[in-house]
Amino acid sequence: MKSDPSFNQLRPLTSAPPEIGRGEFILNVERLVTRLNNGARIVDDISFSIKQGETFALLGESGCGKSMTALSLMRLLPDGIRVASGDIKLDEEDILALPEYAMRKVRGGQMAMIFQEPGLSLNPVMTVGDQIAEVLILHQQLRGKEVHPRCVELLEQVGISDASRRASEYPFQLSGGMKQRVMIAMAMAGHPKLLIADEPTTALDVTIQAQVLKLLRDTQQKTGMALLLITHDLGVVAQMAHQVGVMYAGQIIEQASREQLFARPAHPYTQKLFAALPDAERSGQPLAAIPGNVPPLGAPLAACRFAPRCDKAWALCHEQVPEWAQLENGHGVRCHLYTSQMGSEKLNLKASLSHAPPTPGGEGVGTEGRGTSLLQVENLQVHFPIRKGILQRTVGYVKAVDGVSINIPEGRTLALVGESGCGKTTVGKALLQLITPTAGSVRFAGHELIGINAGQLRKHRAGMQMIFQDPYASLNPKMRVAEILQEGMDALSIAKNSDERQRRIDELLEQVGLEKTSKWRYPHEFSGGQRQRIAIARVLAVNPNLLICDEPTSALDVSVQAQILNLLKSLQQQLGLSYLFISHNLAVVEYLAHEVYVMYLGRIVERGTVKEVLHAPKHPYTQALLSAVPRIDGQGMKTVRLPGEMPSPSHPPQGCHFHTRCAQVMAKCREVYPTETLVSTTHRVHCYLAAE
Amino acid sequence: MIAYLIRRILYAIPILIGVNLLTFSLFFVVNTADDMARMQLGMKRVTPEAIEKWKQQHGYDKPLLFNAQAEGVSKISDTIFFQKSARMFVFDFGSSNDGRNVAREIQTRMMPSLAIALPTFLIGLLIYITFALLMTLFRATALDMLGVSLCVLLMSISGLFYIIGGQFVASKLWHWVPISGYASGLDSIKFVLLPVLIGVMGSVGASSRWYRTIFLEEIGKDYVRTARSKGLSELRVLFRHVLKNAMIPILTGVVVVIPLLFMGSLLTESFFGIPGLGSYTIDAINAQDFGVVRAMVFLGSMLYIAGLVLTDISYTIVDPRVRLQ
Amino acid sequence: MNQAAHVSILFYAQNALFSEFNAGVSNMPVILWTDVMIYVLLATVLTAALWIRKRPYLVLPWQRVAKDSVGMVSLLLLSLFVLVGLLDTMHYRAALPEKSNGQTVYSAEVLSVFDALATGIKSRTEKTYSAPLAAYLYAKESMETSEGKILRDYPRLRYGGAHLVDPQRELLGDVLKRTGIGALEGLLIGVLLIVVSNMLFHFFVRFRTVWSSTGREEISKDNRLPTFTRAVKNKPFKALLITALLIAMLLGITVNLAAVYHVLGTDKVGQDVLYLALKSIRTGLVIGTVTTLVMLPFALLLGIAAGYFRGWVDDVIQYIYTVLSSIPSVLLIAAAVLMMQVYIEMHPDWFETSAARADLRLLFLCLILGVTSWTGLCRLLRGETLKLRELEYIQAAQAFGVSSSRILTRHIVPNVMHIVLIAVVMDFSSLVLAEAVLSYVGVGVDPSTMSFGTLINSARLEMGREPMVWWTLAAAFGFMLVLVLAANLFADAVRDAFDPRLNRT
Repeated sequence: MKSDPSFNQLRPLTSAPPEIGRGEFILNVERLVTRLNNGARIVDDISFSIKQGETFALLGESGCGKSMTALSLMRLLPDGIRVASGDIKLDEEDILALPEYAMRKVRGGQMAMIFQEPGLSLNPVMTVGDQIAEVLILHQQLRGKEVHPRCVELLEQVGISDASRRASEYPFQLSGGMKQRVMIAMAMAGHPKLLIADEPTTALDVTIQAQVLKLLRDTQQKTGMALLLITHDLGVVAQMAHQVGVMYAGQIIEQASREQLFARPAHPYTQKLFAALPDAERSGQPLAAIPGNVPPLGAPLAACRFAPRCDKAWALCHEQVPEWAQLENGHGVRCHLYTSQMGSEKLNLKASLSHAPPTPGGEGVGTEGRGTSLLQVENLQVHFPIRKGILQRTVGYVKAVDGVSINIPEGRTLALVGESGCGKTTVGKALLQLITPTAGSVRFAGHELIGINAGQLRKHRAGMQMIFQDPYASLNPKMRVAEILQEGMDALSIAKNSDERQRRIDELLEQVGLEKTSKWRYPHEFSGGQRQRIAIARVLAVNPNLLICDEPTSALDVSVQAQILNLLKSLQQQLGLSYLFISHNLAVVEYLAHEVYVMYLGRIVERGTVKEVLHAPKHPYTQALLSAVPRIDGQGMKTVRLPGEMPSPSHPPQGCHFHTRCAQVMAKCREVYPTETLVSTTHRVHCYLAAE
Repeated sequence: MIAYLIRRILYAIPILIGVNLLTFSLFFVVNTADDMARMQLGMKRVTPEAIEKWKQQHGYDKPLLFNAQAEGVSKISDTIFFQKSARMFVFDFGSSNDGRNVAREIQTRMMPSLAIALPTFLIGLLIYITFALLMTLFRATALDMLGVSLCVLLMSISGLFYIIGGQFVASKLWHWVPISGYASGLDSIKFVLLPVLIGVMGSVGASSRWYRTIFLEEIGKDYVRTARSKGLSELRVLFRHVLKNAMIPILTGVVVVIPLLFMGSLLTESFFGIPGLGSYTIDAINAQDFGVVRAMVFLGSMLYIAGLVLTDISYTIVDPRVRLQ
Repeated sequence: MNQAAHVSILFYAQNALFSEFNAGVSNMPVILWTDVMIYVLLATVLTAALWIRKRPYLVLPWQRVAKDSVGMVSLLLLSLFVLVGLLDTMHYRAALPEKSNGQTVYSAEVLSVFDALATGIKSRTEKTYSAPLAAYLYAKESMETSEGKILRDYPRLRYGGAHLVDPQRELLGDVLKRTGIGALEGLLIGVLLIVVSNMLFHFFVRFRTVWSSTGREEISKDNRLPTFTRAVKNKPFKALLITALLIAMLLGITVNLAAVYHVLGTDKVGQDVLYLALKSIRTGLVIGTVTTLVMLPFALLLGIAAGYFRGWVDDVIQYIYTVLSSIPSVLLIAAAVLMMQVYIEMHPDWFETSAARADLRLLFLCLILGVTSWTGLCRLLRGETLKLRELEYIQAAQAFGVSSSRILTRHIVPNVMHIVLIAVVMDFSSLVLAEAVLSYVGVGVDPSTMSFGTLINSARLEMGREPMVWWTLAAAFGFMLVLVLAANLFADAVRDAFDPRLNRT
């Protein structure tokens, strides 16, 4: 595999999505405005067009109105939201003027849609075949015996094996990736001219995402339909889009072809978005985070909506709404920099997007673990019993974690990566004894934690703490911030008296970048990023040495993610913290971690330094995982493809767990689990290929 | 599936034992047999001899749990607990104060109860669901508002009002149907009509509103949006997609009462003079016939547990995700 | 078992209240068991209100309730019922004029402050039935005229319309006149009360502003004093105001008419039906609230314990509530009430007065209703706790080694309280309705306790009379409908404001 220096490094695009005979404009949206019933504008004056066979990506962070734009097109807005003005033409047909019965012919027939959560988007009590058949009967006028074969045919087309059996199955019998395939089959059943895909892969694992994106591209190539792709992921845009519209707070603020946008993003927001992506090139330095938060939906603004967060803003930006400015070749932007006198002067000053020259390699990445070992985990196992029968006897075990050994040195970051369901979160919780491990040894700072009683365990609680994934579920909504921060101190008797405690709380809030006054407020008054800061302050309150971070940024927007990553990094430098960083986001791992452990079905399959594992992977699974990550340079799509999905941990395959999906499988892989092979002193792999 | 059912039925045994112990302590420990005898005989002319005689007649002259005087097995079996409580497990409910066999009485009175309760249940279900579906179809409109307000009004009216008012209007003013009474066979229709109507009326408010909430909950889910995005009409979405999914929460509340239909309705039966189990219970309460009340309590809990098992079975029919384990 | 001795503190508190009320004769305050429960409940509600006031996230949903016109109007109606109920809760025994050996002798009849206020309509009993606002009895009687002839006619009532010379001619005019005057008086008093309370409110606000003007930013931020005109523009406040004035008029009319008529007629033994209906309110309220008070601790404790600890604790608790809920509730109540009845009758020596006995029976009914109704809430709380314990903030607390009891009180209980509150307000109305049915069946309150159920039970055969006597039933059903409807509407407002699923932002 070719060694790529980084995931998110901005560079001219080399490979483009296949050009398909792009023809006439299919969809024209003119000055679309969608409002809440109370008048707040959710989608504010949006115009764009999509050609036949073209993919138009609407890119934006959560709450910017991109999903509402899609639902406006389908006229499926939820109660209380309506299209206020504008013009939507699909193939010269005025969508907004159609009566409801005619609109029903358009939905599913001319224009189809797939959604973010395939698990929730299918009717759970109807067979997959019946759900597809509904479209065929309604839009293709198929009757009786014609229906079933066509259903099977459609399911085959979206790559579902054994399609005739699958057609009579219910959604719960299918995996997430298959459900999304069914959704696509259902959408394609009516031969739509336009397919709207609303974050079609956000809920899926990266390997499944690659499969689904490929399916969408192939389908488009075959049928020549137009695709409106809604996403927050620049990598997905790089792989899929021909045209891109960047949305911010209800408006399209920049529109360009993919090549133009990636080569020369014009709007400060777009530029910042690229700069905020974590990337190994910058792992020595903080990320260019965008300060502040995305404004709430429908916030009335008589100025540029990005101005409060923009470092290029000047007085005019806070006073006047910028006009749409047309740059060369259809590249458009909504920014005063390009329309005003003052702006052009500013542009000339900062002639180009000055990227700081990449400093080679972050500090100490790839070097030997320094310092002493803080946490030593030997052969950790967490098994959950499966009970069956009249007496509920245990008939087997789900081996969620099956013999994991980890070694975290002081002051270092160790990343644990893998697909969802591989057991990485269970490892984190088992280390903290939130789940009782079945077997193994956890030695923290020289003390064994397994098998000791609750009182003894409490003495070591302060040393190891956890930051959770969902900042909305990790803070008790009924407690003030001060009470939240105090809880750990009280439980572990950290501060002596209340004065000292209050001083410590102030100190902590300052440390994580929050106002001192926020301690009197309740969690619901904070945004996702701020909540995650509070969660970090909460664990810092007990002076831990090791933080277990369970996907701490996966629920956050890219711009906010950068703030949190910067905070974690600077805390490590100041306090000498160690991190066990659990993540599926390889770019974040590359930016933050020193060592990487790759986990598959409860076991570590490869471990080593970031450089070794991410740039010279030896295990086919690691290789496949890396190649599935969409990169903003559009590369990495043609190497190892990972077919199928992870088997259930209750019935792991015989031999090497990965052999069912491995392209280079050999006879012995099916029989015996491979032992550890040392590639270098730090790099170890469980694979026969590496052993040879 | 079979294993699940067996497990479920085995689980019912400790619960029935619990119910049995509860009724036993309620009826025999809170008050002594002497108290009950005194109660039955009237306060005035109680002599110790009369009490002893009453106890002997009704089988309360034995020890509660353990008979030290008896021999062998009858040390345990010749007790009030064994004779009066434990034998209910084999449907031996003993006899009522007037000496009749309770089990036989229950058998003969089951049919009239069912003749009222079953049509009330079925017609009611149909009407409530239809009403709720209509409100859901017109949700967030004035029609829906009106429907909900009507529901709240109807559920705020006492059930006694429906009965008294219904009897007055239908029987006394308009002379539609007889005020009360019962006949067997086809003749029963004219007696059954009004109680059924009133029974349905009695819970139209609460039930329709509850079903409406369930439908609204379902209609907000993602798969409904998918169905609409396919171009299905609102009616089709409601009937083909929402209704089937809503059946799952509906069944939870509905199936469990089906076996209890045998028990009849206390109020309706006593007002309309239907010789069913409901009026039997009321008469027993008023006559302070403990034997009958005890039997009905036990029968009721047995039927309730049967209802729980039925509910589980019904899930497997509606919800493909449920495979009983 | 002398109740007064058990609750001596309240005894003296009430004594102070009564000495003022009935100056001259010192009456003996009586505190019945349900009175104690009501005082406890009142104290709980007041404490909760003070607690909530300081916590913005708890005030927030109540502010949503306050914005709901229907909810506020029903709350106003409910508070009128509560007022009557509370007046009817302060019990005493009147001192009799004669003394024995220098000791004051007290009447065996337990009265309440409400009885004292309503002495007028309470004491004016007729011979038998009379229609609402009638001047004549409802049944013909043989009367001797001044000439000595025996006539069969409707006799004049002893009290109803007694001031009229020729009721047949004057009755309608008199009723209309009194209605008009009453409405006007009510309106005037209503307006006066509103003006006075507005002035008091202003005074209070200004007082607070001055008092806390030392740089508190909240006031400087919103220095607009809430004025009356501004408040009237507020929709719920306007609805509230109109309802209050309408109620004031209705009360004015009722008071004026009740002075000389039986507004809702009289029953078989000639008691005023209005009085009976008003007396029934307390019973309904006690059933609706005290039941909840006794069941809540069980449901809360067992529910969250089962959900949080799981394992064998869960198994045991689930077993208990499955056993209890498997018995059809009416049957369980019937069985329990029957047993209690026997028990009480076997121990007549326990009770000083018949009121005390009837009251204990009411309390037991509440207990039994509580036992049969806690299972639903318990199951709900168990389910919610099962969900909550998997949340990350609970796990964060566990990672700090916070003790289970602290997690339960600090994290679980505050986050299930909305379910408890919704269940409590939703249960109220069904309990009031259940009381009527149970009393009809014969397993409800003591027949001597006035309640909607006993009222209906005693009157249900009157529909069969010729001519029909409808007013007792109408009064009972009417009062019950208003109470239950108001409770239902208020419960809806509370549910809408507290249900997190309906209030996502």
